[in-house]
Amino acid sequence: MNLHDLTITTAKDMLIKREISAAELTKMYLERIAKLEPRLNAFVTVTKEKAMESAEKADQLFRESKDAPLLGIPLSIKDNFNTKGIRTTASSKVLDNYIAPYNATVVERLEGAGMVLLGKTNMDAWAHGSSTETSDYGPSHNPWNTDYLPGGSSGGAAASVAADEALAAIGSETAGSVRGPASWCGLVGLKPTYGRVSRYGVIAMASSTDSPGPITKTVTDAALILEVLAGKDPLDATTATKDVPHYSQSMKTMDKPMTIGIADDYFTNVDPETVAKVEEAIKLLEGKGHIVKKIELFDPQKSIDVYTILMRSEVSSNLARMDGIRFGNDRSLFGEEAMRRMMLGTYALSSGYYDAYYKKTQKVRTLIIQDFEKAYKEVDVIIGPTLPSPALPIGATADNPMFGEMADVLTEPSSIAGLCGINMPVGFSSKGLPIGMQIIGPQFGEETILKLAYQYEQETDWQKEAPNL
Amino acid sequence: MSNYTLVIGLEVHVELTTKSKMFCGCANDWFGAKPNTHTCPVCLGLPGALPVPNKKAIEGCIKIGMALGCDIPLLSKFDRKNYFYPDLAKGYQISQYDQPFSQHGSITLSSGKKIGITRAHMEEDTGKLMHDTVNGEKVSLIDFNRSGVPLVEIVTEPDFTSAAEVKEYLQKLQQIVRYLGVADADMDKGMMRLEPNISLRKEGQTELPNYKVEVKNINSFSFVEKAIAYEFERQAELLDKGERPTQETRGWDEDKKMTISQRSKEEAADYRYFPEPDIPPFVWTEDYLESLRKEVEEKKKYFPENRIPVYMNNYGMSNASASTIAYSEIRTNIFGTAVSEGTVSPNSLGNFGTYLANIRIEPKEVHNVVDFTKTISQDFTQKQQVTGVSDDELQTILKKVLDANVQSVADYKKGKTNAIMFLVGQAMRELKGKAKADTVKAELEKLLANS
Repeated sequence: MNLHDLTITTAKDMLIKREISAAELTKMYLERIAKLEPRLNAFVTVTKEKAMESAEKADQLFRESKDAPLLGIPLSIKDNFNTKGIRTTASSKVLDNYIAPYNATVVERLEGAGMVLLGKTNMDAWAHGSSTETSDYGPSHNPWNTDYLPGGSSGGAAASVAADEALAAIGSETAGSVRGPASWCGLVGLKPTYGRVSRYGVIAMASSTDSPGPITKTVTDAALILEVLAGKDPLDATTATKDVPHYSQSMKTMDKPMTIGIADDYFTNVDPETVAKVEEAIKLLEGKGHIVKKIELFDPQKSIDVYTILMRSEVSSNLARMDGIRFGNDRSLFGEEAMRRMMLGTYALSSGYYDAYYKKTQKVRTLIIQDFEKAYKEVDVIIGPTLPSPALPIGATADNPMFGEMADVLTEPSSIAGLCGINMPVGFSSKGLPIGMQIIGPQFGEETILKLAYQYEQETDWQKEAPNL
Repeated sequence: MSNYTLVIGLEVHVELTTKSKMFCGCANDWFGAKPNTHTCPVCLGLPGALPVPNKKAIEGCIKIGMALGCDIPLLSKFDRKNYFYPDLAKGYQISQYDQPFSQHGSITLSSGKKIGITRAHMEEDTGKLMHDTVNGEKVSLIDFNRSGVPLVEIVTEPDFTSAAEVKEYLQKLQQIVRYLGVADADMDKGMMRLEPNISLRKEGQTELPNYKVEVKNINSFSFVEKAIAYEFERQAELLDKGERPTQETRGWDEDKKMTISQRSKEEAADYRYFPEPDIPPFVWTEDYLESLRKEVEEKKKYFPENRIPVYMNNYGMSNASASTIAYSEIRTNIFGTAVSEGTVSPNSLGNFGTYLANIRIEPKEVHNVVDFTKTISQDFTQKQQVTGVSDDELQTILKKVLDANVQSVADYKKGKTNAIMFLVGQAMRELKGKAKADTVKAELEKLLANS
């Protein structure tokens, strides 16, 4: 059996028919991890024993003819999700020895759905970055070319799926951290609407935009995981009470053609190969009867300022609890990127500067939200490149403190507005690196973007390509 | 020494007695519990934990605001107040900055003077630091049981000009929160904490002084009086020397009977307030606020100042007896029980009130209010049978006799002591034998000595 051909649906099918046991499947993944990790560094912690335990428990349930949505499915989880009894570092040495005493709601729900946790994936420390190069455990490598970056901050998560070290991964996005690495690693990356998935137990980066989401090989896998994760959480006051649709079913029907919005600003300062591939994908959708419409959107370049002030301010407050008194190590172990962000955020919130920075930023944020609201009166979705270029080489972030913000320019506006978005692989660059396009929907428009993504996936074969490792 | 007047504003923190804490499900009965037994990821501020606001606590805050006559804005939110202290789990306190749940109210003192309430906002309590020696090593320990306990901060305008006004305000405030049923406000348990801001200005000066001294660590009404008196002397002395007292935070030291400088305000932290992103803003409907207002109005009927006229008009108690009962929670409960349980005949309730106002009651001896009421009702009935007349009634009759026999009173005061026997005789006739002559004579002597 080739792990690359496996999806959650096909794996579940084999598990139920007992063509393979969860223990055998888990072992295959653990062996693959052992073989590839020296080259990829996708994991901070591999939970081998716990994985085998969960797999055996899943097998027991299968023998009892019981089932659950993700029973026996081996997953990886980004290391900023608290996992009870398991080291949770957020890729920072400050939490090097931190064993989480409780589960994030996302973890709780995945366990309830029967997942097998393979391990915790590498990320930019505290999710500060778009490359994994700010990780205190070294960068992860892109499976398509290990001299290249996998993107970030959920870089380890994306690398683990692209390299078949996990069947699917759970990441989190503040602005681009799910869609971005999915794009550079040739995967589906779904960033849900802010408030659709609980943040409880996710080590906070920017509380007002953090959104956990799946990174998978197929749209169906992403929909299946979202069905498990989404919904009101009594432990997160910002989660919505809206019902959770049966995404994996509803996405299969396209009732009527959609209007796809295209904004020129999302195609400027973007690598020509990327532009070409995304335009090709839009053409394909147009050929399926959808209407393409040019729209004007708030220049994404300007959202960099908003995002930077907003996120740095929240970061400076969120990391204050890492005082080394009760858990973790002392503050001298904070990396340069975290220190820069805390300093800038503290400055922006200081008396005398608050009005000029934070308050003004909130006003512009409202304008961006209104700008999208206006756009969604005319179109169903907005499509553009996910990142301005395919993966960059290892070391690209050196001496570039604004690397993340620049790389995530095209995902920041929709993140600031709390919208949902999905990255779809649309081909490869001349260097053989994946290229991604994003479909952005309105708040709680997951069904809409999944429909279009699913249709595109049915028409293409990109997910069949595998990196040569 | 010049003549100065006090300018005082108060910040009072009151812990609410909700079942659970402000932002998590931990039990709120932390007092006296073993350290760190009432904690969870949220109130420990563990990475990733999120606050979920306690609706009952917010209602408690709004009710306090309503009872203080505050405006309740329809839009409100929480903010983060960022500062470092080891007992502050998250490195910030969730509080309210510019959009509190209630603002612009007042409390009227018995003199008729109004003390302006700037705001009553909601926040969370911190943990507690304990300094101890463990295995011969001096250590600081943190107990997070109190971390996240709902706290309402009530801030006044700088309207007080004496310690007596401060004390009366505090007593009234304590009664209000107790009668609303939202807080116990036990000072000795730290459930009500006072921070007066004290400064002085020259008599006749109208503008506010250009400094203020905040005094912390005050856990009784008498300490607040002492601290104010001490600060008056200390600041007056400095002002007389032409010095401006330092803007600072001082603590009351009960052993030394003085305030001691803790930190200078000039170096105070910049709290970097910003809206709490983990909690969406609150938008109240008029209907919702109206339902809370109705509850508050119902409770207000039982506020002491509103019960005094009821005692006087319905039962014929004197103002003094009615006030004593109304301002004592335990006496109020006993009187209410006597009425509802019928432990005293309805005609004697007024006299019972006088009796109740004058006996000594040790709260710790009252295990069961109904049983206790029955016991003292029996005592009262027995005493009434012996004397046959209530103290109030006796006093009224004796005063009437004295007023009617001015000549005998004058004779007595000139030294004709046997004139009293005529007065006793007159009184006995009025009392129709309901009291003993000895008692009447002794009471008359007291009255004559004081008149």
